[in-house]
Amino acid sequence: MISCGKEEHVKELKIGARTDNLDQVLAFVDESLEAADCSMKAQIQIDVAVEEIFVNIAQYAYTPAEGEAVIRLDTETNPGAVTITFIDSGVPFNPLAVEEPDVTLSAKDRKVGGLGIFMVKRSMDEVSYEYADNKNILTIKKNI
Amino acid sequence: MLKIEQKANGSELIFALEGRLDTTTAPQLENELRKSLSGVESLIFEFEALEYISSAGLRVLLSSQKQMNKQGEMVIRNVRPEIMEIFDVTGFSDILTIE
Repeated sequence: MISCGKEEHVKELKIGARTDNLDQVLAFVDESLEAADCSMKAQIQIDVAVEEIFVNIAQYAYTPAEGEAVIRLDTETNPGAVTITFIDSGVPFNPLAVEEPDVTLSAKDRKVGGLGIFMVKRSMDEVSYEYADNKNILTIKKNI
Repeated sequence: MLKIEQKANGSELIFALEGRLDTTTAPQLENELRKSLSGVESLIFEFEALEYISSAGLRVLLSSQKQMNKQGEMVIRNVRPEIMEIFDVTGFSDILTIE
């Protein structure tokens, strides 16, 4: 087999699903993005997506108990892409099924609920959800 | 990390933000605003050194906008392109006054 220059790196982080672990999660992600020469714009979009998803798991998946989240990060080069998978064993929840906010309303009528996942859908190239083995599995992919 | 610098001039109040406005730091800004907004007619956010904003940060901006609609005006200055992109995607560029 001749390699066409495509390389793949997979890393995994298992961490308590608590909002105060957010900085650690972002550091884990940013380290790989920087190594992959990700543009600042794509990095910010990915960071925002990771924050929205992780905080969502931290706030809702296990409440009031505590649990863990697994974050799997797969970077590819030639062409560059990053795929991040979030896995939790909390209550089944498909964030992609949440009704999208009306982003055309005035400040007076705007609600901010659902805005986070809306930003994820708009800024990532692929977003998918499945519930398998009693686990929520949310995957995002961004071409970088 | 978020650094907040406040400058008051009569009924005008400037909030200069530096760093990240995210889930961890947004409550800090929310608290400062709660303490400072009384009597303010012109609220100015200086975003030149703000590098990152998530929906938690947007939430605080929206509630300040709603508050300022009742008592004066709110302006956001010197927004970086990466953050402008987020304002555009979320429709916030239509709600906020950005200079």
